[in-house]
Amino acid sequence: MSQATGSTDKAIVKELDAAARRGYNLDGTKAMRVKRRLTSRPATVFALLIAVLWTLPTFGLLISSFRPAELINTTGWWTVFQNWGWTLDNYSEVLLSASSSAPQLGSYFVNSLAITIPVVVFCTVLAAMAAYALAWIKFPFVDWVFIGIFALQIVPLQMALIPLLQIFTSTLKPAQEWVHGLVPIIPDETYVQVWIAHVIFGLPLAIFLLHNFISEIPRELMEAARVDGATHGQIFMRIVVPLSVPILASFAIFEFLWVWNDLLVALVFSGGTADVAPLTQRLAELAGQRGQTWQRLTAAAFISLIVPLIVFFSLQRYFVRGLLAGSTKG
Amino acid sequence: MPRGRAARGPEASRSPPLPRRAPARLYPLRSEAIDVTTADLIGKIFQILLGLAIFAAVIGLILFLIDRAPKRGREWYQLVLFLAPACILLAVGLLYPAVRTAFTSFTNRAGEFVGIDNYVWMFTQPEALLTLGNTILWVVLVPTISTGIGLAYAVFIDRSRGERIYKSLVFMPVAISFVGAGIIWKFIYEYRPASRPQIGLLNQIVVWFGGEPVLWLQEPFINTLLLIVVMIWVQVGFAVVVLSASIKGIPSEQLEAAELDGATNWQRFRNVTLPGIRGGLVVVVTTITIATLKVFDIVRVMTGGNFNTSVIANEMYTQAFRAAEAGRGAALALVLFLLVVPIVVYNIRVLRKQREIR
Repeated sequence: MSQATGSTDKAIVKELDAAARRGYNLDGTKAMRVKRRLTSRPATVFALLIAVLWTLPTFGLLISSFRPAELINTTGWWTVFQNWGWTLDNYSEVLLSASSSAPQLGSYFVNSLAITIPVVVFCTVLAAMAAYALAWIKFPFVDWVFIGIFALQIVPLQMALIPLLQIFTSTLKPAQEWVHGLVPIIPDETYVQVWIAHVIFGLPLAIFLLHNFISEIPRELMEAARVDGATHGQIFMRIVVPLSVPILASFAIFEFLWVWNDLLVALVFSGGTADVAPLTQRLAELAGQRGQTWQRLTAAAFISLIVPLIVFFSLQRYFVRGLLAGSTKG
Repeated sequence: MPRGRAARGPEASRSPPLPRRAPARLYPLRSEAIDVTTADLIGKIFQILLGLAIFAAVIGLILFLIDRAPKRGREWYQLVLFLAPACILLAVGLLYPAVRTAFTSFTNRAGEFVGIDNYVWMFTQPEALLTLGNTILWVVLVPTISTGIGLAYAVFIDRSRGERIYKSLVFMPVAISFVGAGIIWKFIYEYRPASRPQIGLLNQIVVWFGGEPVLWLQEPFINTLLLIVVMIWVQVGFAVVVLSASIKGIPSEQLEAAELDGATNWQRFRNVTLPGIRGGLVVVVTTITIATLKVFDIVRVMTGGNFNTSVIANEMYTQAFRAAEAGRGAALALVLFLLVVPIVVYNIRVLRKQREIR
């Protein structure tokens, strides 16, 4: 997915979002579109070729992950009809085997979920609050704060890694050890570091996206509520949040995939043990090991792909909307 | 390939300025894994719930305080409360670290001020120059080829039968991780000696055409190109989706008018479609460019930056967290930042112009 930070401006975003609605039929109306053949024969060939090229690598990996170890390592997956043989052993080994050399992906899978879900919640809520304040509480310099946050979006997270880790080591680490001493069931390595790091890196984009949407809520609605004596807190909870559900969902999906797929933040902030490290980190580690491990690597890779693929195929429209609205991420 | 164990996490060789982690365990967790699994799981779920509960409590408290805002300076008080959590996080986690990194880039591994030594290193040492050169190669090839293929594909499949399926197939790599993509392609590039059957598709194709199999990822220069292929594979889907949406935004009257005037397909594309999707093209090119500048995972997973494939973002990680050269890492991060600044400036100007209009 697009980790890109970027460059997008409001008009383009809106135009694209409107176009996406038509193209992906986001409004749920049946668009009556005249279907026709591809423009020409070379165009057909090109489109087919690209479609095949883009699918084949993943397909090969999927096939291989179900083949017995000795077949994966000695024959190509395209010879599967000559070298017939299927098994689920690869999956059960990488997920369940307790042997010390096995990948033991089960706990890393839990870690990925445990990192991703809270981050999505934290980031969306904090960003919605900030976006509301920036859009609807009038104060002289508020616009400058917003532009400042927008500009932060493009600070590469590489710039923040070393100092942020130092801050965590000097403040969070002792706190975690203290909690560990108090409640032994909570390990001294917790998700807190990774959560906070991800939330920080996700906030600029989130605020920008949600601000675009929230600032478009009709002014009359807000003013009517204010006349009725509602506080900003009430307006936020009763009007803004319910009206913003579509964009909140789009952003949440976008952020979910981004965090799930991340490697760099995990490498720096997770410490790398089975207590905290997500799937991507374990996979990168497996990919770096020497030896004939394709039976493990193919199955392991597919386990990490399965959640994004499910999200992708079931929520494609919303993902596209989020992607188009914020093809930017730092 | 020295990176095998390397991915185990930063504490293995954390730089001296960073306080060392106390060794959490004297023996690896693995050996006790089977006994502690259930307890682990409960501990993790407990952690998640606790985290969510604390967060909910904090937000609830803030909303409560907002409702109790004093009469005097009411707006100001509410604004601060709404903005405080996000702004504090951004200031502590992004603004301060960025400034700090800028200073670090002028220090050596012991933390002493060394002027521009790190930058001199970057622009004179062969291995650092190679990193910069590779990054330039990535930034030139990935956005142009991805956008080119994406545009052609989007135009060809537009309003065709099965357009949605076509789009989904190419779009799928966008949803998966760079790590996953790296493994998928590593398998394609896998090498087996000529005496044995190939298991990597690329070498098999070479063999079918009568060639000798090659250790692709260890062959300097061509390996960088092969890594770039992976990035293109990931990014084309993004280009297709954005451009396809833009194409659908072109009023159909314009296309029909061009058709009535007897314009050929190519003329219609040149004179109607291309101008109509300029906004989309700008988004695609700049977004992919910045993603490419920061590419890390693909290089990390596929070669670890060995065999002359390193790029800035990977080298930054290696220097700062493996080689304990925080200063060099910081300098590389700063260069990365400077490379994206022009786009920031452009964006802020566009944004401000719009806010003035409103």
